[in-house]
Amino acid sequence: MTVAMNHPAKAGWRFVKPSVIPGFGLTFGYTLLYLSIIVLIPIIGLFLKAATISPEQIWKIASAARTLNALKISFGASLIAAIVNVIFGLIVAWVLVRYKFPFRRLLDAVVDLPFALPTAVAGIALSTLYAPKGWIGWLVSANGPLHLGWKIAYTPTGIVIALIFIGLPFVVRTVQPVLEEFEAELEEAAATLGANRWQTITRVILPRLTPAILTGFALAFARAVGEYGSVIFIAGNLPNISEIAPVLIVIKLEEFDQAGAAVIAAIMLVIAFVMLLVINLIQTWARRRFGDV
Amino acid sequence: MYEQDDFVYDSRRPIAPYAHTRPTTERDWIKRTLIGVAFAFMLLVIVLPLALVFVEAFRKGAGEYFMAFGDPQSQAAIRLTLLVAAIAVPFNLVFGIAAAWCVAKFEFPGKAFLTTLIDLPFSVSPVVSGMVYVLLFGAQSFLSPFLKANHIEIIFAVPGIVLATIFVTFPFIARELIPLMQDQGNGDEEAALSLGANGWQVFRRVTLPNIKWGLLYGVLLCNARAMGEFGAVSVVSGHIRGKTTTMPLDIEILYNEYNFAAAFAVASLLAMLALVTLLFKTVLEFRYGDELAGTRKH
Repeated sequence: MTVAMNHPAKAGWRFVKPSVIPGFGLTFGYTLLYLSIIVLIPIIGLFLKAATISPEQIWKIASAARTLNALKISFGASLIAAIVNVIFGLIVAWVLVRYKFPFRRLLDAVVDLPFALPTAVAGIALSTLYAPKGWIGWLVSANGPLHLGWKIAYTPTGIVIALIFIGLPFVVRTVQPVLEEFEAELEEAAATLGANRWQTITRVILPRLTPAILTGFALAFARAVGEYGSVIFIAGNLPNISEIAPVLIVIKLEEFDQAGAAVIAAIMLVIAFVMLLVINLIQTWARRRFGDV
Repeated sequence: MYEQDDFVYDSRRPIAPYAHTRPTTERDWIKRTLIGVAFAFMLLVIVLPLALVFVEAFRKGAGEYFMAFGDPQSQAAIRLTLLVAAIAVPFNLVFGIAAAWCVAKFEFPGKAFLTTLIDLPFSVSPVVSGMVYVLLFGAQSFLSPFLKANHIEIIFAVPGIVLATIFVTFPFIARELIPLMQDQGNGDEEAALSLGANGWQVFRRVTLPNIKWGLLYGVLLCNARAMGEFGAVSVVSGHIRGKTTTMPLDIEILYNEYNFAAAFAVASLLAMLALVTLLFKTVLEFRYGDELAGTRKH
């Protein structure tokens, strides 16, 4: 509730709606200043740097085989990891919301671990776990009891494993609240109308969860595309095979090829903006379709 | 519970020949399978890597474990990590409160755009977050001659690490406070103002007590990320051992030197930080759930 200080017709246009609460100028000014110094100016600087490069040069960097392969690996692995996360994240969220069982609260708390565990720690742990002599790596290797001959660490599969680890909470934490607020009446109505459980789930519950699932997918995907710390240890970082785009940026920076790094970074930033936009569009669409999500 | 002839729905009694179970839940074997899948997946993907950190850290015994912290370079890394978090978190705390105050308490055009900009660092790759400062302050930047003339070191020095950390932890506190303060509305503050309180008194005596748990929640998450940030810091640090290596960078160096016991020993400290953060988070959500934005129920 705000109190109108002046009659709107007399006050004319004002940037901020009149309010008795003090401190708008101070907090708004500080927010803009701090945002500009820390985030906006550095990011604009990146695009200005990329803009100083001639279009032919940009095209050459962007279309180089190594760049394309790095982007392909980054996006491909992120896509697979996000799909895996949607499937298992949905199961975990469902189990946490719908069933009562021992250690439920513990399972719930553990979901957030990838948010809290530093990426470098996750990276060395996953790498050691899936290395040929690691607990899981040995189990699935040719020498292991299963004689599977699988290699996970230092291959693109390892990248996917790391990205599954960091992306899981995004799906669970976006689906879980929607599932908690789900109106039981809808399911009961479907059941009274003769739907069996499978039909109720696929035709009533899943459509209602779709916006949350898509948002979780987009968040997990966006995070995975930019991920660095947890991937570099397990990936092996072989150019064109298991080298992700952020690693290529770091390599270019270490070679003092700032132009090359800036072009790839700009491509990734544009994609990040698009992902942000897509997430916002999904949520706007969901609000219109379902009232609120 | 019910009399045999009561016409009450009872899950133990089929209501129709084809209804083997309550129509609004799954059969028991499906339930058990799903719970099993959820536990197995979480165990494999999340619990096992965490357990491995501690097993590897103590593989050569407690003596070796504590010896890792005797290494002066690792000690320097721990000190630097604490220093960086001690600078970055308060900066983002002040910003978070200012941003939440102006976004939640006022109506102005472009508000949605402003909140999107505040969230921006979350969608930027950590590597790019560090790189923007290299472009701005690095040896090839246009600011470089000025910085050199004044003997100011930013990149490959502590200020760059602090800046990169502030960037990646930028939205944490603000995005925790904004929805919380929006939910609480302006009523309390308006009442205090009408009773003669000044702006600072309103904030300290009315707003701050209302948001304290949300604030603590945001600070915890911000701190965990600040101490654990790797990618952004790695780009600006220059990896000068004992000088510009934070704990995550120290872990990388030790690991790449095949000094696994020491790498996992340092990693175990960060893993414990993560566990403590999660514990606090769970307790806060459990006890003050309705005073936190993230878990707010209607």
